[in-house]
Amino acid sequence: MIIVENIHKKFDGNQVLNDISFTFEPGKTNLIIGESGSGKTTLLKILIGLYDLDSGTIKYNERVFTEMKLKQKRQLRQEIGMLFQGGALFDYMTVEENIMFPLTMFTNQTEEEKLDRVNFCLNRVNLENKNHLLPSELSGGMLKRVAIARAISMNPKYLLCDEPNSGLDPKTAILIDNLIQEITQEYNITTVVNTHDMNSVMEIGEKIAFIYNGVIWWEGHKEELINSDNKQLNDFVFASELFKRLKKS
Amino acid sequence: MIKSLKSIGEYFIMMRKVVSRPQKYSVFFKQIILELDKIGLNSVGIVIIISFFVGGVVTIQTSINMSNPILPKYLIGLATRDSLILEFSPTMICLILAGKVGSNIASEIGTMRVTEQIDAIEIMGVNSTSFLILPKIISAMFFFPFLIIISMSIGLVGGWIGGHAVGVSTADYLYGIKYDFLPYYITYALTKTIVFAFIITSVSAYFGYFTKGGAINVGVSSTKAVVYSSIIILIFNFILTDLLLS
Repeated sequence: MIIVENIHKKFDGNQVLNDISFTFEPGKTNLIIGESGSGKTTLLKILIGLYDLDSGTIKYNERVFTEMKLKQKRQLRQEIGMLFQGGALFDYMTVEENIMFPLTMFTNQTEEEKLDRVNFCLNRVNLENKNHLLPSELSGGMLKRVAIARAISMNPKYLLCDEPNSGLDPKTAILIDNLIQEITQEYNITTVVNTHDMNSVMEIGEKIAFIYNGVIWWEGHKEELINSDNKQLNDFVFASELFKRLKKS
Repeated sequence: MIKSLKSIGEYFIMMRKVVSRPQKYSVFFKQIILELDKIGLNSVGIVIIISFFVGGVVTIQTSINMSNPILPKYLIGLATRDSLILEFSPTMICLILAGKVGSNIASEIGTMRVTEQIDAIEIMGVNSTSFLILPKIISAMFFFPFLIIISMSIGLVGGWIGGHAVGVSTADYLYGIKYDFLPYYITYALTKTIVFAFIITSVSAYFGYFTKGGAINVGVSSTKAVVYSSIIILIFNFILTDLLLS
């Protein structure tokens, strides 16, 4: 569980996040939704300490992340898997080396044990026998799946995903969404997904926070979202003609 | 002014993180081997080519400027030796390496920054500065002195061939390059080289590490890395020459 309490963040005097409080629950895909520039990515980067916050508290279960020193934060980060928007795979390493990297850095496993784990993770994301390809040889969907495999290689307790299906076709996007949800439920991970893709919201939105102008404007689950009469939320969710028609029907 | 001071502060804060203990020595040594190949071995070719021709040209030009029959021919070898050992090999070659290696380091780290690969390293719990930058600094400080020794040797060979073209005999040339030789000149040259290697790698890594934006900014960082490391090399060349030779 990740608990966020009263987070404030300013950039150059501009208030990006204002009094954000939310609980990201384990075993569920927790979604942060909102327009571009609403503060979603900032919140995600604050959660992992890539940005310092101005005030507020972040707790990973009982551990107060915001009071930790850098060394303690680095230790906690070994329990976190992160899926970046562009994959962020190391382009000079093969798929196998990418997934093996955290295992090499933080475990004392033998080469054989590490290879078994790599193959297990690749198998889990349906990418068997792609061990020796370079990231430049992968398609967008494959790149995201390798990034997921790397994120789960250390058996994380927390999985953070920054727009996991951006730039993917709808079919591949749903595949990635479902994979994230399956992994979350299978390993009881606390998953936080940052997205503005409404297909994702409808597919895997078990707990949703809608951020508007740096404030959590609405929270609930996907069924509540459809029936909500919150104007800002409706303007965002039902922006397209298709969703407007769905709402009417 | 404030911006410059901020950059200097950022550089030293980064360097404090860089010199921390590596998290896993086996991975660290593997990184050093990779960097030795990338930074060091890959530069051998260009160092040989440039040193050979510059050595030849220095001898020819010295010969033309010392056409007075009173001056002994061996002075041409002596002038070539001193030019190469004292200034050309340690300083000029390092300026060339600032262009080749510095831009490579800045663009590599800068690209890793803008594609969030550095964030990914940090999130895994790895000290990204120590993991990425320290092996580059160590590799350069270890390998650049060998490159400079190669440069001196090849430069002298180039000088010998250049000397032949303008009528300097092998005996005169060899006598000249051995005449009144102070081994301290080599110590001086290699000391400068080690300092310059540190400047090239750390300054370039700084510009790469703090890249913001996209591909254009990577290019800007790469250019800044070459310009600033070259200027700092020239300043330190002046200071070190004054300290070590006067």
